[in-house]
Amino acid sequence: MSETAHHEPNYMGVFWWLLILTVLEVAVIYLPIAKFVITVLLVVMAVTKATLVAMYFMHLKFERRTLALVALSPFVLCVFLILMLTPDIYPH
Amino acid sequence: MSDVAALHAGAESQETPLTPENWGKLGMWLFLAGDAVSFGCLIVGYGILRHASNNWPVPSQVLGINLTAFMTFLLIVSSVWMVLALTAIQQGDRAKFKKYLGLVILGGIFFLGCQAYEWTHLLTVRLPELGLSFSTHLFATTFFVLTGFHGMHVTGGVIYNICVLSAVNRGRYQAKHVEIAGLYWHFVDLVWILIFTFVYLI
Repeated sequence: MSETAHHEPNYMGVFWWLLILTVLEVAVIYLPIAKFVITVLLVVMAVTKATLVAMYFMHLKFERRTLALVALSPFVLCVFLILMLTPDIYPH
Repeated sequence: MSDVAALHAGAESQETPLTPENWGKLGMWLFLAGDAVSFGCLIVGYGILRHASNNWPVPSQVLGINLTAFMTFLLIVSSVWMVLALTAIQQGDRAKFKKYLGLVILGGIFFLGCQAYEWTHLLTVRLPELGLSFSTHLFATTFFVLTGFHGMHVTGGVIYNICVLSAVNRGRYQAKHVEIAGLYWHFVDLVWILIFTFVYLI
């Protein structure tokens, strides 16, 4: 993508998606299905919403690819943190 | 031009490989990455404590989901106002820019008002009646630390946006500065989306 063509993303489209996903998130917790399935659905929807905000509102989609590494680095550290803490929950 | 300004101009003349022509944007991204680690530690810590506990309450039965769903909506709308404010100033429409950034600021203040109401209700009525106060359960500690840390970010964002509005009015800030403030505001929105899911819904 050329840098001068910083064309306007469809902000209202993103807004409606965020709104729909929020309503679905609230609705899904009352569904009579397994707690594990609900949790997975909620995490998937939350990550989708966060990605939409980062890609379109924060223009990550229109920046150079390398900037995404800066944006993703906290998640790598968080995964590492979870792995480091897990032995504390399951003591041998 | 002062010495500092001259140095600044010298730095600006060199292009950053990540965010061409705008060093401030790269600075904000690096700050936000660090800030995300702070939030990440709190969320992971909350998750680990909750997972290790065998009597953790179901959040949706303790907390008011409707109010916080509305607060989520409020932040999402204010994010849209923020991008509209940026578009307006990029097109040189200052009146429209002031209107939308003003709305962003009001949205942030309204969010904080909702949070103050929620906290008061939880602290004085809801948590004592359920026996979940600070001294009896980690639920209260993790909840108030996480939402409080986020609330401080919203407070900071409101102050930041007021400063940006005033600096644009005085002609000191241009569109590129508004874009940097926008990054911060969208980040606060993004973190709330995650907190709403992990703390209120799951």
